[in-house]
Amino acid sequence: MTTRNENILIGEICDECDEITVVELCRICSVDEELVDELIAEGILEPTSYSPETTVLPYSSVRRTRTVIRMQRDLGLNLPGAAVALDLIDRIHLLQARIGR
Amino acid sequence: MDYHDYYETMGVSRDATQDEIKRAYRKLARKYHPDVTDNPEGEKRFKEVGEAYAVLKNTEKRAAYDQLGANWQAGQDFQPPPGWDEGFEFAGPGDRGFGGSAGFNDGAHSEFFEALFGRGQAGAGFGGAADGFGQNRDTHARITIELSDSYNGATRTISLTDPEVSADGHVTTRKRTLNVKIPKGIKSGQTIRLAGQGVSQGGQAGDLHLEVDIGLNNRFRVEGRDVHMDLPVAPWEAALGARVTVPVPSGDIELKIPENSNQGRKLRLKGKGIPGKQPGDFYVVLDVVLPPADSEGAKALYKEMSKEMAFDPRASLR
Repeated sequence: MTTRNENILIGEICDECDEITVVELCRICSVDEELVDELIAEGILEPTSYSPETTVLPYSSVRRTRTVIRMQRDLGLNLPGAAVALDLIDRIHLLQARIGR
Repeated sequence: MDYHDYYETMGVSRDATQDEIKRAYRKLARKYHPDVTDNPEGEKRFKEVGEAYAVLKNTEKRAAYDQLGANWQAGQDFQPPPGWDEGFEFAGPGDRGFGGSAGFNDGAHSEFFEALFGRGQAGAGFGGAADGFGQNRDTHARITIELSDSYNGATRTISLTDPEVSADGHVTTRKRTLNVKIPKGIKSGQTIRLAGQGVSQGGQAGDLHLEVDIGLNNRFRVEGRDVHMDLPVAPWEAALGARVTVPVPSGDIELKIPENSNQGRKLRLKGKGIPGKQPGDFYVVLDVVLPPADSEGAKALYKEMSKEMAFDPRASLR
């Protein structure tokens, strides 16, 4: 719940430990379930549990999905290309954190 | 308002073909896209390139822009001549059908663009929004905080630009400012979800998702909740042991350097990383710094060391 305290908004922290359903992911990112299925098939999103009724994903899927959408729209990447770019960006961030840039 | 030279922005000549313009755009977009660049100017440049491409890729808009003439300089004071867009199909500032391609931040175009081509839809992106007007939606923004904000907690002010559909059906944008509590212990990759702070078109609003990043810091390196720091020490501090003051983000702490420490030795301060239920650790990596031999006294000391100490730094190479 978001609460207001002297006009300061206090939100809820979501991270990789939190899980969301495909339906929630679609609402948060304004995308169709079809795209989410493609992202799962491409290995860009990795469900934590799979069932015909409810597929559950880590909350980090929100950031990954939005990055893919931007890459498709702005750079003309297809899904396999976006998957490679995401993996490389993850590796760069890891290396940057190690060397302190 | 300032004239924008879209050809200069794209780095192409005024007689560039549509293919050349597309190639230039792709190249610049890859270079400055905020998802792939560390360049602090990246987002700004990406928006400028997106705006230039939005005009030059569209032959109607490009032709209209071209007929303003080639003598304008970027930054020169400019007003569109009356009726400048007559005979072109996009119908000037009244054209609402165009969606911006840039889309980071507020998705808004420059004053120059809007005077010529009108306010298009804001592009989807951080803090912005695109599709799905007329409904309540979740929106997203990105916030970069200092490491000390994560250690101590903070309040940050963020500005958002929301699309709005006016009573007569036109799309406009509305700026709003929020004060948001940055909770102590937050780390990069986490999101602050602010329920009901998304886009509202009447009724229950969507949520606002604030993606948090801890900005790069030239003193500390952050990995998850663990924080690393290189600590410069004098050779005698490393050799003989010492007590030194270390400036960690939560304040100064005293650290004991064990004797006979070497370059690169890693000392762990348990629980002094980013706070949390399971706080991270703080690692100090010793960086032995040699005093310069810039005086007769210093040279004499080095000479004495070389005479007195049977030390072969390259023993491992033999």
